[in-house]
Amino acid sequence: MISILAEHLYKNYENVRALDDISFEIGKGELFGFIGPDGAGKTTLFRILTTLILADRGRAIVEDLDVVKDYKKLRMLLGYMPGRFSLYQDLTVEENLQFFASIFGTTIAENYDLVRDIYVQIEPFKKRLAGKLSGGMKQKLALSCAMIHKPVVLVLDEPTTGVDAVSRTEFWEMLKILKTEGITIIVSTPYMDEAGLCDRVALMQHGRIMKIARPEQIIREYRQKLYAVKAENTYQLIEDLKQFPETNTAFPFGQSVHFTPKSDSFDVDSLSAFLAERDHRNIDVRPIGPGIEDCFMELMASQPATVGQGS
Amino acid sequence: MKMENRQPIIRVRNLVKKFGDFVANDNLSFDVQRGEIFGFLGANGAGKTTAIRILCGLSKPTSGEISVAGFDVYHQTDSIKRNIGYMSQKFSLYEDLTVYENIRFYGGIYGMTFREIKTRAVALIEKLGLTRYRDTLIGSLPLGCKQKLAFSVAIFHQPKIVFLDEPTSGVDPVTRRQFWGLIYEAAHNGITVFVTTHYMDEAEYCDRVSIMVDGRIAALDTPAQLIRTYGTANINDVFIKLARNPGLIPAEVQI
Repeated sequence: MISILAEHLYKNYENVRALDDISFEIGKGELFGFIGPDGAGKTTLFRILTTLILADRGRAIVEDLDVVKDYKKLRMLLGYMPGRFSLYQDLTVEENLQFFASIFGTTIAENYDLVRDIYVQIEPFKKRLAGKLSGGMKQKLALSCAMIHKPVVLVLDEPTTGVDAVSRTEFWEMLKILKTEGITIIVSTPYMDEAGLCDRVALMQHGRIMKIARPEQIIREYRQKLYAVKAENTYQLIEDLKQFPETNTAFPFGQSVHFTPKSDSFDVDSLSAFLAERDHRNIDVRPIGPGIEDCFMELMASQPATVGQGS
Repeated sequence: MKMENRQPIIRVRNLVKKFGDFVANDNLSFDVQRGEIFGFLGANGAGKTTAIRILCGLSKPTSGEISVAGFDVYHQTDSIKRNIGYMSQKFSLYEDLTVYENIRFYGGIYGMTFREIKTRAVALIEKLGLTRYRDTLIGSLPLGCKQKLAFSVAIFHQPKIVFLDEPTSGVDPVTRRQFWGLIYEAAHNGITVFVTTHYMDEAEYCDRVSIMVDGRIAALDTPAQLIRTYGTANINDVFIKLARNPGLIPAEVQI
């Protein structure tokens, strides 16, 4: 059963191509992630799906309704949380929730069950102005407001951007609970580590979808050999890896440097010897499995380059 | 970075900042060493921005003894401002000026001579691979490109310290690493880097990391040592553990 269908969507802003032939299908009840940096086209896509802007070409169907012809009916089925905090800062927490319930012709009481788990966390502050809430609380209120009319499809545009690691973890726990209600959820994020929390993801860059698959499948299809390299001085390690003839890529990843060789016949000992010659201490080179971010970077490398990627 | 026997470039003792009854910074004490990459982490609302504003000379503490680049934050804020650089995701460059104009503008503000600006701007633009875009408006460059340039502009006047407030937010993974390459290079050249981020893997690129919870410094150490102390797989889990279990936070954090 399909909840969202997009076919060959294109969108330009003056001379910038925001969406470049986007097609996909999302099943009912799926938790689907659009992963990519700023400028990938995530927000443009979400605005088209939520009937807020028109595509230049292509079509999109959400819950059997056309996003252009049936926009009025569709809006009643959608819950949308825009990227920028868009609640009324000069209304209280409770007033915001009441407002969103009433414009959809419902009441807080009627759908309280749906938002209870989230809303109880901010209820102690219900008399506080929305503008005075912390980042994590704003996010919870925004999600409550997007949910209060019991939408069939929930569209969340970068709900965790700029939010601290604890609130991000809590937010994904809330999404898991909402998923059990059978709601279709699409969510965008620039944090690659959040991909693993989705049923399926689309990896996006420069207005295009580079890949759509289950996160574990994306990881399975990584083609290169990958090694984690450690040594005492990370800066010098990266500089020296750039000089190593077998280096294809060398990028810092947390506590180590992820290294891919140019050929599969690469010999680990040759790298260790090369680094030892350059006075590195506590050298550790070991093969590892990739994460989504490694996969994203591999896909990026196979795409056309853009300006300013020099040095 | 070896840090023995050196004067700290930032010295904070018993920093308290109150807004009315609310204590935003509750008795912070820490040192940052010259050439160090210092990660300043914390939950939203933990008091990071308040502390950074004080260290940049933009806001006065309620009490405490704080010096930045050898200057006192109560009386010598102009000297502090001349000796630091600052960059954030929200404000970095003027979109309606070109690449070269932005560099010239910042150099001029910091009192660099025209000749010096000109020579170093050419070298910088070339290093960043932007030679073709010298006269292009910033607004039409991709975000990653802007952020790398913004960082380079923030250290163009060769400050002693650069403050980076979520510098890589929303940037693609490859550019994010190129950006960290620039940070490492700056630190290698002796510029102290004071950085906040929500990407926890980036915390692990820092020499030392402090984690703020509810206005206090809950932990401060090298990333490897923090991971050992709290028995977690990475800094992300240290962060979550501390924020969720305030009982784990020691009364005094060793600085």
